[in-house]
Amino acid sequence: MNSSLATDGKSITRRHFFQECGYGVGKIALAGLLTNTLCRAQSRTHFAPKAKRVIHLFQAGAPSQLELFDNKPDLKKLEGKPLPPSVIGDQRYAFIQQNAAVLGPRFTFKHHGQCGAELSDKLPHLAKVVDEIAIIRSMHTNQFNHAPGQIFFNTGFAQPGRPCLGSWLSYGLGVEADNLPAFVVLSTGGGISGGSALWSAGFMPGKHAGVRFRNSGDPILNVSPPAGSDTKLQRDSLDLIRILNGQRLAVENNPDIITRIESYEMAFKLQASAPELMDLRSESQETLNLYGADPIKPSFARACLLARRMIERGVRCVNIYHSGWDAHSDVAGNITNNTRATDQASAALVLDLKQRGLLDDTLVVWGGEFGRTPMVESNPTLNRSQGRDHHPQAFSLWLAGGGIKGGTTLGSTDELGFHIAERPVHIHDLQATILHLLGLDHERLTFRHGGRDYRLTDVHGQLVNEIVA
Amino acid sequence: MSLGRVKLKRPWLIAVFVIEISAFATPDFQNDIRPVLARHCFKCHGPDEKTREANLRLDVPPKEGLLIKLIDRINHKNPDEIMPPTSAKKPLLESQKQLLVEWIQAGAKYTKHWAFIPPKAYSLPKIRQPSWPSNDLDYFILARLEANGQTPAPEANRYKLIRRLSLDLIGIPPTLEEIREFVEDSKPNAYERLVDRLLDRPEYGEHWALPWLDLARYADTNGYEKDRPRSIWPWRNWVINAINEDLPFNQFTIEQIAGDMLPEATQSQRIATGFHRNTMVNEEGGIDPLEFRFYAMVDRVNTTATTWLGLTLGCAQCHTHKFDPVPHRSYYEMMAFLNNSTEPELSLFTPEQKKQKKITENQIINQLSHLPIDQASYEAWLKSKKRTSVSWHTIIPTKMKANIGWLELLEDQSIFARGDTSKHDTYEFEFKDLPENITGLRLEALPDERLPKGGPGRAYYEGPKGDFFLSEIAIHSDGNSLEITSGTENYAKQWIGSGKSSAMAAVDGDLQTGWSASGREGKHSQAVWQLAKPLTTSAIKLQLDFSRHYSASLGRFRLSVTTQNPPFKAKELPGDIEELLTKRDEMRNQADRNKLRLYYIKNAKENSKAREKIYKLYKKLPSPPTTLVMQERPVSHLRVTHRHDRGEFLSPREIVDPKVLPFLPPLDKDMPRNRLGFAYWLVDPKNPLTSRVVVNRLWSALFGEGIVKTTDDFGYTGAYPTNLELLDWLAIEFIRQGWSQKKILRLILTSSTYRQESQMGFRLSAEQIRDSTLKVSNLLHQKIGGQSVFPPQNKSIGEGIYGGSSWKTSSGADQYRRSLYTYRKRSMPYAMHGTFDAPSHETCVARRETSNTPLQALTLLNDRFFIEASRTLGTWATQQPDENIIVINALFQRCLTRLPNAIEQQAMESFYKKTYARFSSGELDASVFAGSSKGDVKTQATWTALARVLLNTHEFITRN
Repeated sequence: MNSSLATDGKSITRRHFFQECGYGVGKIALAGLLTNTLCRAQSRTHFAPKAKRVIHLFQAGAPSQLELFDNKPDLKKLEGKPLPPSVIGDQRYAFIQQNAAVLGPRFTFKHHGQCGAELSDKLPHLAKVVDEIAIIRSMHTNQFNHAPGQIFFNTGFAQPGRPCLGSWLSYGLGVEADNLPAFVVLSTGGGISGGSALWSAGFMPGKHAGVRFRNSGDPILNVSPPAGSDTKLQRDSLDLIRILNGQRLAVENNPDIITRIESYEMAFKLQASAPELMDLRSESQETLNLYGADPIKPSFARACLLARRMIERGVRCVNIYHSGWDAHSDVAGNITNNTRATDQASAALVLDLKQRGLLDDTLVVWGGEFGRTPMVESNPTLNRSQGRDHHPQAFSLWLAGGGIKGGTTLGSTDELGFHIAERPVHIHDLQATILHLLGLDHERLTFRHGGRDYRLTDVHGQLVNEIVA
Repeated sequence: MSLGRVKLKRPWLIAVFVIEISAFATPDFQNDIRPVLARHCFKCHGPDEKTREANLRLDVPPKEGLLIKLIDRINHKNPDEIMPPTSAKKPLLESQKQLLVEWIQAGAKYTKHWAFIPPKAYSLPKIRQPSWPSNDLDYFILARLEANGQTPAPEANRYKLIRRLSLDLIGIPPTLEEIREFVEDSKPNAYERLVDRLLDRPEYGEHWALPWLDLARYADTNGYEKDRPRSIWPWRNWVINAINEDLPFNQFTIEQIAGDMLPEATQSQRIATGFHRNTMVNEEGGIDPLEFRFYAMVDRVNTTATTWLGLTLGCAQCHTHKFDPVPHRSYYEMMAFLNNSTEPELSLFTPEQKKQKKITENQIINQLSHLPIDQASYEAWLKSKKRTSVSWHTIIPTKMKANIGWLELLEDQSIFARGDTSKHDTYEFEFKDLPENITGLRLEALPDERLPKGGPGRAYYEGPKGDFFLSEIAIHSDGNSLEITSGTENYAKQWIGSGKSSAMAAVDGDLQTGWSASGREGKHSQAVWQLAKPLTTSAIKLQLDFSRHYSASLGRFRLSVTTQNPPFKAKELPGDIEELLTKRDEMRNQADRNKLRLYYIKNAKENSKAREKIYKLYKKLPSPPTTLVMQERPVSHLRVTHRHDRGEFLSPREIVDPKVLPFLPPLDKDMPRNRLGFAYWLVDPKNPLTSRVVVNRLWSALFGEGIVKTTDDFGYTGAYPTNLELLDWLAIEFIRQGWSQKKILRLILTSSTYRQESQMGFRLSAEQIRDSTLKVSNLLHQKIGGQSVFPPQNKSIGEGIYGGSSWKTSSGADQYRRSLYTYRKRSMPYAMHGTFDAPSHETCVARRETSNTPLQALTLLNDRFFIEASRTLGTWATQQPDENIIVINALFQRCLTRLPNAIEQQAMESFYKKTYARFSSGELDASVFAGSSKGDVKTQATWTALARVLLNTHEFITRN
């Protein structure tokens, strides 16, 4: 039956809930129960967490590391010449041919902050908080196409059907807020290749799926009561639903009914809390300026500010998808546009969290599904020039906050930016590290499905200790 | 009432499950020991020799004396010595250690896994209350109850029974009339007759198709990034019909796995093979199509294993299974059975449509041929065309080879490509004994109805279907590359990108440019190249390269050469017409003349109006739906299956032959070693798994839990059956009853076991909740089968989804079809379905998880669909002539089948009064809430509010 919240015995079952909370089912005191939402306080981490929540700024389409984080002056010298086949090996490419010529970096790089990390001129805002972040320049992945790459990054498996990181957190850590979901998803820009598989709970119960906050209409689907009703009618209706459900409870003793009653109360609260959350009038002009956010118009900046408000209100995991980095042509223009849309707000989020004392236990992750080739993508047939193709062998991303050692730059690539030279970090390693920072052991966080104990990291994953404070 | 351990959960279920608690004695190997060993020890001491430590196996009886040491190791105080090692992070519980110790001390007896030996025919157990059983099944339940000192629960009342039966058999609650008919039925066997009535309802097939669609991962789109539409709903129709007709499960299986291979396969049997065409297709530009074909094959193996064998084979994709006795190699041996098909799209002409098509086509040709033409103009046309026509000589290769597929020579000397295709296909040809002094080469791209969209190309994903892109054509003679000075084409256009497609671009040495004829799918196009110098040898080698970010090779084409002096150019004129033109008139036979004349009529300036009129007949041509099917490749071109090291596409190792799993009965000697033989093997009565797996799923659907709780895992780590005798009896009975699902359901449903009063319900599926709402509100448009429909949903659903805005909301009655027909877009599941735990149909699901969330509450409370249903119910209530309390009862019963008790009645009445007062006083706008300005809107709004509450009750969305 569906009476267990989780199947691994670690988390509470409903029966357990009754035992723990001491309610005799036949004589349940509904009113009292409703104020004590599901005994949610208990900690379910494997060890003391460094971060309590995570904001993932997912840069869909794969930003060019060579124009942002990984300076390769040697490429300039080789520009126009093909790479030796020995370097390329049997790597398959999405679009370019193996003999594609080298394209030098399009922007200049400078050292910043006390740590002296190197960033391109297109990241002036990030440069100001560079001592707070850890850059990994030696990421690699198994996938070289967007949908599988994004799904792999989020779920540890390249095909849809498995739970994403946010779902694992919701499953592993439970709900913190009683009037907002544990796991929220926002998106700006165009369509995201991986689709809803990226925030899907996969084979876990649907309650672990990411809840979309939308840019138009209701922020959460159906959060507005129907036209012609008011709060009182909603309340009266809920009261009658509760009486009718209570009558069934008396006959059936089914703890599912109590959860149902609970979920209606939370829905009622959501109807107030969601609009309050989305209303940026309470934010100072200074804050709006810091992010560069218009309080009404949907944008990446507004999403970042909303993410901060969400975690302040107890949301555990926020994913913001910004798509548009897929620079098959004109990588310089692409980087210019996308950094214009994201740099200020990404840095503002780090700064704002720090100023509010939230950065210490909030993990921020910034990056995309793979990297881009040191070789140029140029294809008159497809109208492409001065672009870069997909590159799974090496790419960069950064993390900040919750347990991250700020001012770190980890790993490096060869002088061509093609292969990793030092300290390879696989997607599974990053996933293991994120879970670790949140107090979860990626080898012990399992979910049984179809006769198998699944993990986010499959049978892989090693903690990246160097970036942990 | 207390929540003590045993008393309360549905007593009638406890009857089935509880006995193990009291069964003490020696730990049982299968029930108590192997699951522990499997989860904690087999990884290093199990079937996989690659990861085996200390040369110790625990999945088979180890050497004597070894197990005694195990007692020490599992209880060891030293963390470096303890087993399982600390690093494995799989410590044993004290209770598990105790079990192991007891088992070892009792002699460590190993027995064969219950699920891998055939079901035993148990005789009916002895019972003390012979009056209770309604049929044989009940003996197994009652015997357990009695052994446990319990008595069965009383039979549920008729309201509860009809609701339970209706939801279980047709997926929706009964109507007021149906309730009355049953409750008032005083003739004998009222219950049995109700079961029969419901089994005969067409909705039975709709309801029971749903779990099968979950297993088959049915969807209306291809999945992944682009997630474009596909047409495979005829397969869904097939499933609904098969279930309604009670197609025996063995036949149901054979047709879906290998219907195309049955002798003289019918169209319906071919449609059935859509089961494994439900796998995803990645259309993202730049992917490796063969890699995603491999993933689809992996999915087919896993899905087959889960659906029929109740086994999780997925692990063996990468390595020898850690728990179950499935060697890594066996995984690919099983794949080899399924790996030899092509995957065409089938046009579903009915026999009448076929006839109609032929008649119409003949009509068109006939009428065209009889169009009067001006003979003088025709002669002039013939003359002028003859003057410019070039004499082309079709050349036939002595050797031809494709990189991965194969090429066939057709009767008209054209070449047809078959087999797999990739992003860069290469065709190589050798020609001998060519005419002297060849000056040019012509390539005709030809349509063929076997190709996607009629060809000429083979593009089937990402680019337009039937598209091709010739990147390079290279001619060699005596090892030298021949220079080409000019190239022309009658038509050139490429899909996406503004680069210029042309015949010359196919000889520029750049694979990224070439000749393409996008937009002329289903039509002939040609390119002609002129050699710099006439050819001095009689043999050439020719290579065609097709390189694009998707598969875009030519599917059908013809090569010819000329020795005429240049210049010559590509023509709109098809090659066969040009050939006729070059003939002297006296050399043409009547058929030739007719053909020429018809070509002229079709293309001449005169008669264009008359032609248009005839062409209108094309509209009469039937345009049947298409569906995705399997078609076996010829034995001469078997697709080779490899073992893939670590399960990786890029690591193919040795070639494997089709073989069934080693621990199950072998394939019958008379059976072919192919997909068809495999299908028969799946439902061979000797197979110990299939029948058990299927009856267990049926049981699980009716009781909320299977006899084997892990409906998708009958392996070593799966749950032990709570009543093996019952499971085996049912499994044998299922086969004995001719694999009839209806018969086995009837058996279970008419048992006393099923009819017991139950204590705990389980939530309806997303589809059932919506369908029940449609039903009780009278909105349901009951129509069986057909294309998927798009019920309205919020626009913002498409945000962030690649191509997400493509939700073409249906109009009219199609908005109110049963949810099984709701369009399934994998990357963007219908919101309400997702909210209520429906899967996204990307992988096989044997059992849905259920959750209970505030978003579900918001959906039922505020979603436009549920508001509309409430309003419809409100309107109905308003129209009732009776006094309020009667209407309240009727409304309640409509939604919940039973009648309200006094407290419920009172609460509803008081809600009604309170709410009516608010609408009356104008405090709330009744017409806005009721969505109507006609009639007594205050009453209507009040009833709407009450109906809305009823649709939000826990009881409405659960089955009890």
